[in-house]
Amino acid sequence: MKSITQLEKEFQARIDRDEKIEPKDWMPEAYRKTLIRQISQHAHSEVVGMLPEGNWITRAPSLRRKVALLAKIQDEGGHGLYLYSATETLGISRDELVEQLHAGRAKYSSIFNYPALTWADMGSIGYLVDGAAIVNQVALTRTSYGPYARAMVRICKEESFHQRQGYEILLTLCRGTEAQKQMAQESLNRWWWPALMMFGPHDKDSPHTAQSMKWKIKRKTNDELRQYFVDMTVPQAKVLGLTIPDPDLKWNEERGHYDFGEINWDEFWKVVKGHGRCNKERLDTRRKVSEEGAWVRDAAVAYAEKKAA
Amino acid sequence: MSKQWPLWEVFIRTKNGLEHRHAGSVHAADGEMALENARDVYTRRMEGVSIWVVPSKEITASNPEHSGEFFEPAKDKIYRHPTFYNLPEEVKHM
Ligand SMILES: [Fe+2]
Ligand SMILES: [Fe+2]
Repeated sequence: MKSITQLEKEFQARIDRDEKIEPKDWMPEAYRKTLIRQISQHAHSEVVGMLPEGNWITRAPSLRRKVALLAKIQDEGGHGLYLYSATETLGISRDELVEQLHAGRAKYSSIFNYPALTWADMGSIGYLVDGAAIVNQVALTRTSYGPYARAMVRICKEESFHQRQGYEILLTLCRGTEAQKQMAQESLNRWWWPALMMFGPHDKDSPHTAQSMKWKIKRKTNDELRQYFVDMTVPQAKVLGLTIPDPDLKWNEERGHYDFGEINWDEFWKVVKGHGRCNKERLDTRRKVSEEGAWVRDAAVAYAEKKAA
Repeated sequence: MSKQWPLWEVFIRTKNGLEHRHAGSVHAADGEMALENARDVYTRRMEGVSIWVVPSKEITASNPEHSGEFFEPAKDKIYRHPTFYNLPEEVKHM
């Protein structure tokens, strides 16, 4: 029998050689735990993320917008499933994960604790929230855990239409009446900062980053990803003719990047800790859906057992 | 609490002429539902022409911890590869 230290050394050597880790391979307990936490949080985010948009399906302004929004939301449900499946390969059941979410013991992306107040928010969510998610997810296609990386590849293929449909919504509003353009601007004002918060705390305040980078669970740090997102998004907002609500935003010739203002971290931590505008409503909705659907799940099992007998 | 639906592995043939490949997994009460769920999750954009679903618990898998010994018999059989045989330069198409 090899010692744990020896196994850990060999494991790190495999990671350093850019080998992928697969479900039945030996892995340090902390690696497994970190993955379970990260992938399930990601799965919960996909599922809870369906709620702010689901709220607007019946009020979509045209059939074209309605089918697109429906298809996007359905994709998010699928993303949740890919990610729950990836988590299950680590030896935890989906029921346990869902239970953790419903009991308030699991986290999901704070962005979904903000309300979607106008139709323009469907534009901003697709453009900024899916946009930020894509930046994060593209980096994760190279993550060291095989099932997670494969889920990311599949998800990234599906995401690009999400961002485009959101951008198109904003573009249409911006080319419309003054009131429509204003609705788009106000929506961007509401979503810009929360979108930047999606990348998490600064690297210096993110205690797990170093270990996650060493294990190649994370391939880019929070600040790197956030900078990349800002650099990509600013010129796109210009095309819309919208103003990004940050007086400190300006191109830095020397760095070759945009400088931008400081995030309101008090607000960030407040929402993470459960005091955002929609934290309670989102969880209540998830629990209600789960409870009210229980009889359907039970009936399906009873039917399958009867057929098999 | 309700009983969890069992797990199924999903294999998809993307087009005729290609083999079925593992795409992922789904939970479902029975095979028929597993097929429908797999269709809804993995072929929303015409990614398949045929789907297989297999109960995950029916799969017997090799153990990576023993893969050294397990695949060992093939390791030293270099004579199974064409490059093992030396032929003069002028012999073509072989
Ligand atoms: Fe998604
Ligand atoms: Fe998305």
